Amino acid sequence: MTMKASNRQVNGVTVVDMSGRITLGEGSVVLRESVRDLVAKGQKKILLNLGDVTYIDSSGIGELVSAFTTVRNQGGELKLLNLTKKVHDLLQITKLYTVFDIKDDETAAVGSFK
Amino acid sequence: MTKRVSYSFESTLDTVNRAESMAVEAAATAGFNEDEQYNIAMAVREAAVNAVMHGNSADPAKKVLFVCENTGDALVITITDQGKGLDASHLPDPLAPDNLMKGSGRGIFLIRAFMDEVKFRNTDPGTEITLIKHKGRSAANAKEEIK
Repeated sequence: MTMKASNRQVNGVTVVDMSGRITLGEGSVVLRESVRDLVAKGQKKILLNLGDVTYIDSSGIGELVSAFTTVRNQGGELKLLNLTKKVHDLLQITKLYTVFDIKDDETAAVGSFK
Repeated sequence: MTKRVSYSFESTLDTVNRAESMAVEAAATAGFNEDEQYNIAMAVREAAVNAVMHGNSADPAKKVLFVCENTGDALVITITDQGKGLDASHLPDPLAPDNLMKGSGRGIFLIRAFMDEVKFRNTDPGTEITLIKHKGRSAANAKEEIK
């Protein structure tokens, strides 16, 4: 399944709706370029909606970490929304569940940005 | 009854996707449930990525050998590259605080997490990784034997 990412603005937060697989190759590139593009445009409050992401491999996990670091280094915040159980489990196994700010309600997530 | 298939693949990203698809099919045929199929597929994908990208460095002159065997009570998948070899006993721990925020280095960790047994063998040149999933056994008891 092809990776897709589309952006929308909600109260000053950029919500990135992602769908498909974040894996080595196209999926990881889409994530990387989406976040870099937002940061380059000065949009530093980013909420990645992973509700329709069906699969993430270690490359995809690495891209999530890199995206988080990129945004944080620019003084911004990147949070995750609507993890599937498999993605949730993957972040727990890799101990990244405590690193990311993970939300399951979009309104609350948008309101949590500083 | 043991069923065994083997394929020689190019060192491309397409090989990674094909190996993953074949693993899902083999796991389903062997009777593993959907969660187990997912875990096996992820482990195979990570092993194939290592073989293609890190082992063979995507060199078109180098092949990846994929062997899948259903022994009746386990699925045994072996992936061999023709690269410079891998010392799996000295890999950084991706859970260590200094490594947690690194963008790579989690592949073999995930393979170990999702399979029951993981074996490495230096094929000089190259590395052979054997992934074993037993029927009716939790991956929490995963064991590794480094030869």
